[in-house]
Amino acid sequence: MANAKRYLEVAFWLCTLLPFVLTPSYLSLASQIAITALFALSLDLILGYAGIVSLGHAAFFGVGAYAAGLIAKHYWTEPLSGLLIAGILAGLLGYALSHIVVRFRHLALIMLTMGFGLLLHEAFNSASAITGGADGLQGFRVPGVLGFKFDMFGKTAYAYALGLLFVCFLITRRIIHSPFGLALRGIRENATRMPAIGAPSLSHLRKAYTIAAVVAGLAGAALTHTTSTVSLEVLSFGRSADVLVILILGGAGRLYGGIIGAVIYMVARDQFSGINPQYWYFWIGLLLVAVVMFLPNGILGGLSALYKKRQ
Amino acid sequence: MLWSAVGVLFDGFAYGMLLFLLSVGLSVTLGMMNFVNLAHCTFAAVGGYCTVTVVNRLGWPFLAALPLAFVAGAAASVLLERLLFRRLYRATDLDQCLVTIGVAFMSIAAFAWFYSTEPQSARPPDYLLGSFELMGRNFGVYRIFLAVTGLVITGLLVYSLEQTRFGARIRAAVDNQRMARGLGIDVDRAFLYTFGLGGGLAGLGGALSIEVIGLESTLPLSVILVYVLIVVAVGGLGSIRGSLVAAIVLGITDTAGKYYFPWLGAFLIYLVMVALLMWRPLGLFGKR
Repeated sequence: MANAKRYLEVAFWLCTLLPFVLTPSYLSLASQIAITALFALSLDLILGYAGIVSLGHAAFFGVGAYAAGLIAKHYWTEPLSGLLIAGILAGLLGYALSHIVVRFRHLALIMLTMGFGLLLHEAFNSASAITGGADGLQGFRVPGVLGFKFDMFGKTAYAYALGLLFVCFLITRRIIHSPFGLALRGIRENATRMPAIGAPSLSHLRKAYTIAAVVAGLAGAALTHTTSTVSLEVLSFGRSADVLVILILGGAGRLYGGIIGAVIYMVARDQFSGINPQYWYFWIGLLLVAVVMFLPNGILGGLSALYKKRQ
Repeated sequence: MLWSAVGVLFDGFAYGMLLFLLSVGLSVTLGMMNFVNLAHCTFAAVGGYCTVTVVNRLGWPFLAALPLAFVAGAAASVLLERLLFRRLYRATDLDQCLVTIGVAFMSIAAFAWFYSTEPQSARPPDYLLGSFELMGRNFGVYRIFLAVTGLVITGLLVYSLEQTRFGARIRAAVDNQRMARGLGIDVDRAFLYTFGLGGGLAGLGGALSIEVIGLESTLPLSVILVYVLIVVAVGGLGSIRGSLVAAIVLGITDTAGKYYFPWLGAFLIYLVMVALLMWRPLGLFGKR
């Protein structure tokens, strides 16, 4: 059983290499998917494992994207150091906000996370001298990473995004399976009991929130590096809502939930919005209602329930 | 300076009354069933599109379309409550959020399908447009109409909630649901009526708001939803007085912000909301 799971994981990661061979014309979509999956993974850490509902997670994604963009535009275009700085900046913001966010629950929590996201969106929109306002950041080009040039087919871009996703995934998996990860799940299940048995609940939640912010910042920075633009949309409420939908679709509280959700969502959007971009949201809405009503643990949760039933 | 402040206060008050109509239903349903309904502005859009249809295609007078907008909003909300939302009263906040966002997504696509994504308008009669001058200041007639309508409806709402048997049932259900059930009040039915009333008021607000903020298919998840949520969260769940105060304060702050600090955009509003929520997470008048 444990072995079968391990083979499945290896097979999954081998499958992520398939786009290089099978669909070389869709590599830029594939790198978008990898970045979105990384973003969803970071939300999973706080929502799926720690139980912190957030409607403003794009704040960290956006800060990472803008940090990477500003570094590339004004200082240097070497991406890995930019990635690191973007992650640290997003993490600092996450650490600062975590002191506020972890104290609240229910509606106040949802409103506060949404409020911080909107606040940042407005701030970056207003500070157009630095951020370019509604036009976004343009006029820089990240030539390549580790000596590989970003080519027009997106080969290097996908490799870069996939590599980042894989590394972050391994780190997240290590965190989830550590005693710290177990404590987070305990807090999610019973927030009053965990402090009672001696777990420093709030400080655990603060740590998880900060880590998630770092990962979201890395995802944002990777988007900047692979597209060589930053639009104000990286901070929008729509992006926060999208990533929530993606995670729920795939299954929250499961490491692969965000990744599977991102693949399905992004591929479906690419296919359907080509026909009729306005009506794409009808199907997403319907899917969302159906998943919550009939598949409470997302697609992966449904599959694993089916598998257990058959055994 | 002082006179411009009077104008801003007046416009802000009218805008606040509009926000109150749009949000009071959500406040009561949230307070009663703890149901986080992010699809509330869908009812406003239903009312708005209903008005656009009967005024522009069937040639109804604008004022006659307003009651119809109320009925349309109420019907849409009752339908959704019976079909979908009532299954979610015991679900988690997150599930409620997700399903209602899903409904809002679907409604946006449906409005775009039937009415295109172009902004729609329904022209009020001429005697509601224009403005008159009082001591050197211009006052928009439509704003006065908004303020008066809002005040009349607030009066009716307060009367029916404080003085009638129906109102007593609803207040009991908001304050203590289990106790109310124990006393033989049919809380589910009271809730259905409240939901319909709230949806109807949102529909009316949607119809009245066409002239002020326009009507687009994205209304259900637009900045108006954020404003409605701010009114509810700041005012306190289930509190009509709180919603009224919060809506007027928000309307005046927003209008003043746009007038005096246009470069700040909505930044000021979000800042005020975050600060208020951190200070009082249950809202200004929240009890629980």
